Amino acid sequence: MSSRIRHIASNTFREAVRDRVLYNLIAFAVLMCGASILVGQISIGIERLVVINLGLTAISLFGMVIAIFIGIGLVSKEIEKRTLYTVLSRPVQRWEFIVGKFFGLAGTLVVNTFFMAIGVFLALLYVSQRFQAADGWVLVALYFIVLQFLIITSLALFFSSFSSPLLSAVFAFSLFVIGSFAEDLRGFAAMAQGATRWLATGAAYLVPNFASLNVISSVAHGQGIAGMLILSETAYAMVYAAMALCGAVLIFERRNLK
Amino acid sequence: MAAIEILGLTKTYQVGFWRKRPKCALKPLNLSVEEGEIFGFLGPNGAGKTTTLKLLMGLVYPSAGSARILGTEINDPRMKSQIGFLPEQPYFYDYLTAAELLEYYAQLSGVVAKDRKRQVNEVLARVGLPDVSGMQLRKFSKGMLQRVGIAQAILHNPRLLFFDEPMSGLDPIGRREVRDLMEELKHAGKTVFFSTHILSDAEALCDRVAIIHQGELRGVGAVADLTSSVEGKVEVVWHGNSVPANVKALSPTCSVTGDTVRAVVPEASQDALIDALRRERLRIVSVTPIRTSLEEYFVQKLKPSGAAAGVRA
Repeated sequence: MSSRIRHIASNTFREAVRDRVLYNLIAFAVLMCGASILVGQISIGIERLVVINLGLTAISLFGMVIAIFIGIGLVSKEIEKRTLYTVLSRPVQRWEFIVGKFFGLAGTLVVNTFFMAIGVFLALLYVSQRFQAADGWVLVALYFIVLQFLIITSLALFFSSFSSPLLSAVFAFSLFVIGSFAEDLRGFAAMAQGATRWLATGAAYLVPNFASLNVISSVAHGQGIAGMLILSETAYAMVYAAMALCGAVLIFERRNLK
Repeated sequence: MAAIEILGLTKTYQVGFWRKRPKCALKPLNLSVEEGEIFGFLGPNGAGKTTTLKLLMGLVYPSAGSARILGTEINDPRMKSQIGFLPEQPYFYDYLTAAELLEYYAQLSGVVAKDRKRQVNEVLARVGLPDVSGMQLRKFSKGMLQRVGIAQAILHNPRLLFFDEPMSGLDPIGRREVRDLMEELKHAGKTVFFSTHILSDAEALCDRVAIIHQGELRGVGAVADLTSSVEGKVEVVWHGNSVPANVKALSPTCSVTGDTVRAVVPEASQDALIDALRRERLRIVSVTPIRTSLEEYFVQKLKPSGAAAGVRA
């Protein structure tokens, strides 16, 4: 990574920290503590399942909200406030700025997820009194959640490179919702006929497949994740995020910063 | 070598939502700035000064034409380590302290790690902000932000500086300090290209100026050359308490104060006015040439083409 990308990324991370984005960890900690105590009192035998489901879903939702609401402003806010002028008048290329911003937000989300994951494991330890071998799969589910963050961050950046923050948020959130039902969309495409089939198939493969990256339920039930699936989902997320980033760069490279 | 060479640089925006129509922000601009000079880019608000600077910085792309900075095309990022840019009304990452911001910019400009802290401290002292280096920028006043803006532009010791309205938001002392800084930069061999609509600053500082209006270059040259091209005026004062009709025909705006009358006329009318006063047997007290200011040249150049036709080129 070029040093300029690294510096832009670290400044983006610093901005998130100073803007108190990581304060969401406090809300998450309160949620996990409350849930653990409550689950310990009202459920018998399924405490782990509830804690893993609740904890990982909360991590995913908190992260998605952060990714979308910070991601949509990464470029547009810099243009609007004209902070970009003093960056791009230096030996910084536009693609370096976009990539640096991406890594900065991705880094923020990884750190955020790391601390939340500690919370989930502490809650698990509280309800089970000990760790189990199957708890290791929680790490895989967390990894898949991070892959989802990479995709949504790249998409938020993509929309941010040409539209207003509000529209970018609408687009990114819509894609998140549709992508969470990507498997259903593919099923519908398989059953449809004629032009509808083409359109539905195109849409099904164009939207990010968040459904296949969601293994929370399997992990909560103690089921393992195949190594091949981990590899293929990693490749899918990387390629998807890279393509969205390339799109953002292509648009941003041509944009007049009025 | 010319520090800046602009060849037919043009910018046209498409405006309107449904029916796009072209709006010319900059008509083909040809300009050359030599190394080591302080060059003033003058014009009223909306004249095209900031558009020109944005084109040179690569923030907007030209519709036609080209430009070279320090011998390198403007789209070559390597050139940018040699330049510093202060945007108009600069805004910075307000969650950073002044020192953190400058350190970040030093990193992006490729200043080596061991020199960064020293250069940041030096430049903060140079713009008069040594005591607030640890304060977040969100607590800075407009004038302090302008000083930070100047600091970030000169931080990496560039050869060529672009300042967009550098005096904006500064108090008289701050303006004086910026003027002194620009003089220092010139003595250090730097080239300074700055836009302004404050003509007294340009007159005091610039080796040469260019005047732009409605996206069109209206004049360029040394201040003395430009002002000498404007038709001179003379002030004639004589004894009396009224203005005779034949004198009034030559000078419609005479002012009577006590027993003296004062008239300002173009140099070409000077002899005719003196002859008229002699015919009326009025005693002439003084005939004084009036120095033409840059402001007068500027006002002449901003007039529509027909109105400016009377001005000698």
